[in-house]
Amino acid sequence: MSEQAPTPAQRSEPEASTVPARLALYQRAGGIVTPLVTTLIAFLIGGLVVLVLSGKNPLSTYKAIFNGTGLNWLFPWNATCSVRDPGNELCVNATNLQATLIYLTVLILTGLAVAFAFRCGLFNIGGQGQYIVGAVVGFQVGLWFDSMPAAPHILLAFVAAGLAGAFWAGIAGFLKATLGAHEVITTIMLNWIAYWAATYLINGGPLQDPVAEEAGAQVSRDIADSAKLPVIWGVQGLQGLHIGLFVALGALVAYSILVNRTTLGYEVRAVGFNPEAAAYGGISVARNYVLAMAISGAFAGMAGAMAPLGLSFHLTSTSIQTDSYIAFLGIAVALLGRNTAVGIFFAALLFAALQVGTRSANLDPDVFQPELANNLTQLIQGLIVLFVGAELLVLSVWQARKRLPRAGRTAVEP
Amino acid sequence: MSVRAEAPRPRYARGQIITARRLAILGMGLAPVALWLTLPPLTLDTVAAPFILGAVSALLGVAAITRGERRVGWGAVASGVLAIGAGVFAVQASSSNLKEVITWSTLISLGLAAATPLIFAAIGGMFSERSGVVNIGLEGMMLMGAFFGIWGADVTGSWYGGLLIAMVSGGLLALVHAYFCIQLRADQIVVGTAIIFLAYGITGYLYNDIYRGEGTPAVLPEIPLVNLDFLASIPPEGLGDFLYKSFGDLSLMTWIAFAIVVLSSIFLFRTAWGLRVRSVGEHPRAADTVGIDVYRVRYACVVLSGVLAAMGGAYLSIGYTHLFTEQMTQGRGFIALAALIFGNWRPYGALAACLLFGLSTAFSPQLQNVEAWAPYGQLFAALPYLLTIVVVAGVIGRSIPPAAVGRPYVKQ
Repeated sequence: MSEQAPTPAQRSEPEASTVPARLALYQRAGGIVTPLVTTLIAFLIGGLVVLVLSGKNPLSTYKAIFNGTGLNWLFPWNATCSVRDPGNELCVNATNLQATLIYLTVLILTGLAVAFAFRCGLFNIGGQGQYIVGAVVGFQVGLWFDSMPAAPHILLAFVAAGLAGAFWAGIAGFLKATLGAHEVITTIMLNWIAYWAATYLINGGPLQDPVAEEAGAQVSRDIADSAKLPVIWGVQGLQGLHIGLFVALGALVAYSILVNRTTLGYEVRAVGFNPEAAAYGGISVARNYVLAMAISGAFAGMAGAMAPLGLSFHLTSTSIQTDSYIAFLGIAVALLGRNTAVGIFFAALLFAALQVGTRSANLDPDVFQPELANNLTQLIQGLIVLFVGAELLVLSVWQARKRLPRAGRTAVEP
Repeated sequence: MSVRAEAPRPRYARGQIITARRLAILGMGLAPVALWLTLPPLTLDTVAAPFILGAVSALLGVAAITRGERRVGWGAVASGVLAIGAGVFAVQASSSNLKEVITWSTLISLGLAAATPLIFAAIGGMFSERSGVVNIGLEGMMLMGAFFGIWGADVTGSWYGGLLIAMVSGGLLALVHAYFCIQLRADQIVVGTAIIFLAYGITGYLYNDIYRGEGTPAVLPEIPLVNLDFLASIPPEGLGDFLYKSFGDLSLMTWIAFAIVVLSSIFLFRTAWGLRVRSVGEHPRAADTVGIDVYRVRYACVVLSGVLAAMGGAYLSIGYTHLFTEQMTQGRGFIALAALIFGNWRPYGALAACLLFGLSTAFSPQLQNVEAWAPYGQLFAALPYLLTIVVVAGVIGRSIPPAAVGRPYVKQ
């Protein structure tokens, strides 16, 4: 392998070694092909794992996962209840699909949080902290102002959550811009500070519900009714699909316009491609680092507000711990989606479907052990990210195959 | 083309003793003393002591800033102010409560226990990064060690069997990282993230498959403690007791960690092999030219980093908590990475950072001893992370990463 001739893609980009430079290469050279190929390879290996470790049929396992996502509700020939009978909004397929779409809502936002920072050449691995801060602040605003009408109250809660996330990520951006502290380290530390502070607030701190505290439960009070997100499909309180989906889709559009059509987006991308060149061109690198992190954090903060405002209406110490995994998953979404709005939507849909389809309640236990399914998902996620990382190779082989005549093919055979 | 000189060049003229930097460092050193006066065993009951010393420390910082040493100067100011705040708090708290929490020997032994896994992972990360490969996946390699340590101890019936299997598992996962980063020239941070996801999946899958929700066996072979009885008999009275309680009953792995720090420092800076590793991380083309196999060195270093990180993970499971839970490493791999950077990619620097981190971790469980303070234990659990940010932001500008870190090397 090491002896192979340098392929055209590599020859033209000999120094494409930093994260931003590589991402720039993906942007230029990529199409839809490589993400699809990487996903396919990951699923193939995932299927092999299923076959070898459990002896189950991989195809029927994947089909069971797919059925668990509720996406079969859209395909009437494959479902017990479907889009054909719209009156039955509480059938299994419909509620599963609602769960998948709610997960998609949050995952789009956490994916955007990683993607926007990537565009500026920053690795925002601190989505979890920004998510937690956004969840706590969004919840608190939902608890206050209970005499407000619903629309401004919800708007206020989202704005507050976004600002909180922006502030939290902005700390890392500021430290990077002024002192050169690496954002990977600072954002991870900020994750844990947010985690322990939030745990304190709910477990013995001021946010704990006094009634629940008597019973030893680490739960907050419920938010005001006016802050609860209206449900557009399904039943509120039974995990019905809420209007948060529109917030996420709006964020996708905003992201796309911001990155591609504004001066700010241009400057952020310029800094991401090459900070020295950007500075030479009169762009303030420090200012863009802070802004890019803050905008990233705003996405993650709004993601955090989704659960307390739309799903559970309160916070628990376990939800702080487990929910924020979705922010870590945002990294995989941004990587697979190549930091484009459309890519992030489909990558988020894929990961949301995987996550919901392997929930133990949704999976047919005769096909695959539900308790293992979630770990299988993590494995597939890992494989996808791994092959996304090696995308340059897939890409170069693909391009070389297109350009080289038949005789040359053996030269690039991996 | 020489490998970059290790020592940072002095910015001051020769013979000049009082430099702005030294003033600031003195100020940073005074701040902990100011706080220490108000804590057991002295427990001075006056606000004056921390105020005066803390103010002196802040003033030294201001003096340093005016002389152009801004970074460390601000650090001194910040630590002075923090010391005054914490000192006032300590003076107002009841001294019996303080004595329950601040038992130095207990804090030291707890802190060393908490620092041990970090030391392994940080030294592992140092080898990988010194050879030019960023290793964000340390977290995942630790997790592999944690699970396979338990499983190995369970299967082989001995702690060293568990440790060995853990090391192999960490090395294998590191091999995946190495293959993608070195051979396929994939992005090292992306692959590192993937390694973490993979480790979550692999350990979680096997854990749920093998132990079926019942948890790991309650009785398992454990890494032994090293009992140093003679410490207790060291005169004068009190000192021996203190030494014994601090160091007399530490895990074998803690001492191995110290030994590895010393050995890796000798290896890296005093042997030809160490020079090769450093040259590959600084200027792989030059190393290649003189006949060093860049790929082989990088493979060896990355696999070694996985083995070391897995030892840290195995200590966590069969030496410390005696059980495995999913994602039990809780970000320790990342903390080790921070410690490595804070320690300027040097073994003793990384050790110091890990110890700082471990000692600050020990306060949180100690707070549980006082009922009124117990809820704040969770807030204090954030202390090591806060300290790391302060330290990384304050000192990081001085640290110089290996020049070729993160860059794949293409053979010619």
